[in-house]
Amino acid sequence: MTQVSTSRDIGQLKRQARTVRSEILKMLTEAGSGHTGGSLSAADIVTALYFHKLRHNPKDPAWKERDRFILSKGHAAPLLYTALALSGYFDKSLLKTLRKIGSPLQGHPCSKLLPGVEVSTGSLGQGLSIANGIAMGLKMDGLNSRVYCLLGDGETQEGQVWEAAMSASHYRLDNICAIIDNNGLQIDGHCCDVMALEPIVDKWAAFGWHVIDIDGHDMASIINALDEAETIKGKPTAIVARTVKGKGVSFFEGKAKYHGITPTSEELEKALVEIEDIDNG
Amino acid sequence: MGEKQKSEIKTQNIATRDAYGEALLELGKKRNDVVVLDADLSGSTKTAGFAKAFPDRFYNMGISEQDLIGTAGGLSLAGKLPFASTFAVFETGRAWEQIRQTIAYSHLNVKLVATHSGITVAEDGASHQAIEDVALMRVLPNMTVIVPADGIETKQVIAAIAEYHGPVYVRLGRSKVPVVMPEDYKFSIGKAHTFHIGKDANIIAAGIMVSVALSAAENLKKEGIDAGVINMSTIKPLDNDTVLRAAKASGLIVTAEEHSVIGGLGGAVSEFLSENYPVPVKRIGIKDTFGCSGPSDELMKLYGLTADDIIKIIKGALKK
Ligand SMILES: Cc1ncc(C[n+]2csc(CCOP(=O)(O)OP(=O)(O)O)c2C)c(N)n1
Ligand SMILES: [Mg+2]
Repeated sequence: MTQVSTSRDIGQLKRQARTVRSEILKMLTEAGSGHTGGSLSAADIVTALYFHKLRHNPKDPAWKERDRFILSKGHAAPLLYTALALSGYFDKSLLKTLRKIGSPLQGHPCSKLLPGVEVSTGSLGQGLSIANGIAMGLKMDGLNSRVYCLLGDGETQEGQVWEAAMSASHYRLDNICAIIDNNGLQIDGHCCDVMALEPIVDKWAAFGWHVIDIDGHDMASIINALDEAETIKGKPTAIVARTVKGKGVSFFEGKAKYHGITPTSEELEKALVEIEDIDNG
Repeated sequence: MGEKQKSEIKTQNIATRDAYGEALLELGKKRNDVVVLDADLSGSTKTAGFAKAFPDRFYNMGISEQDLIGTAGGLSLAGKLPFASTFAVFETGRAWEQIRQTIAYSHLNVKLVATHSGITVAEDGASHQAIEDVALMRVLPNMTVIVPADGIETKQVIAAIAEYHGPVYVRLGRSKVPVVMPEDYKFSIGKAHTFHIGKDANIIAAGIMVSVALSAAENLKKEGIDAGVINMSTIKPLDNDTVLRAAKASGLIVTAEEHSVIGGLGGAVSEFLSENYPVPVKRIGIKDTFGCSGPSDELMKLYGLTADDIIKIIKGALKK
């Protein structure tokens, strides 16, 4: 896709991220269950991917040369669904059916039901291995498409993540970019209290990755990091994105409780107002 | 079912996971060798109460189920009585081989108590709905598999397995379930609870399907069909004597479980009867398909797990 370096383009992406957050909150309120905090924390990253970085074609989800996005933290399904809808994979009205009987918008993404979802996820820790496999296949076919994989920080407590981290660097998968949504929270509380993860940057570096540590809500930094990743050859890149769980809604921000609690209709009203003033760079 | 029981069903509904949380607290007070482990779901599995009361005997392993199981195995080798909990799909699925190699093969004294089994997990959808966990655990040598029907039974089960030495899998649910077991009920491993033996058909049920089976039987009775109900809470070792008695009494057996029809209670009963006393067996359960998102009562309808479904199957089978 085109380079966005002008502040005008960055401004557009920031506005788009606000729209994404609003849609997430609306669909979650309608559904009455689902994952609020982790959808909001990664909203800027996924906006940068879908509306700037990814080479993809919503009219041809199976396009062979597309870049791939794997949502390893599958519980952020509302974020993925919003990005897909706003990209034009399906009609926005479908967002209202989240988690309802018969909807292709399952509680966790199901690739068999929804074109645009590369693979079903929801059980944490499995996405990076899948991304590696796709990256290997792309290289075998001589395609220069890239694979982006979004992981939760808590998710990286799964051993499989580190098995995959080892494979990606062993096989020099420089077409892989893992993004860690480093919001510091998981379900039972702060990651540092439940199962300490730090030093995250050093861990990925020790596994042979090129690591970029950024503010995951600063649109320009996200875009720079994604651009930098593309220039790194011979090793995979991990972007450790420092984020705030529930970002954009003051009463959800930084609270473990809002991992899996949806807004009430009063909260939604307040939240939609706050989203308009969000500071994302 | 008597009038008294019927009114109780409407009033005392608690989820089996809530009963587990209470049972753990009681057990923790009685025995200081009890250690509880969880994998970042202690609020949902209800081990959080134990964690708060006995912080020195609780380990949150983070989101790492394989490590959870291995660590529980180690604690048992160090003489502790570990209870390891997370959602059923992750406990039995992600950590299956750790359970096989470390826990079952070595016959370690580890209690695997998983919550959020079956489709009543509801809106989270198929990725979180364990419909194969009983099969996965039942196939393992040395493993005991228990599916309590309600809160009363869950408490009894937790107390009983603490006294038993060896690996046990206990399957618990997320949603509230009606109370079906009598207040003075005493659970023992491998013993089914017979509500009634029917002359026309006998429903062998487990978990939340016990209350569904009871209401099916009640409605059938009004139409002059005598259907018995058995709560087969221990799926392994199966209470063969009770299955045999039911088969001899009615000649039609219906199994009912919130699990795949493959490999669970229906599988266990069919395997036993086909070798020992072949009678027609109808299996009610999830028919070799994944679940989906939706409210749990609607899902129970969608997957054919209501009293009406049981009634239809029994009537259909009796007509032939
Ligand atoms: C294998 C597995 N274990 C447990 C869960 C339940 N679970 C869902 S989200 C979550 C916490 C995730 O924390 P994190 O990865 O930090 O995500 P975020 O903070 O971005 O929401 C857990 C434990 C799961 N989905 N998969
Ligand atoms: Mg997190």
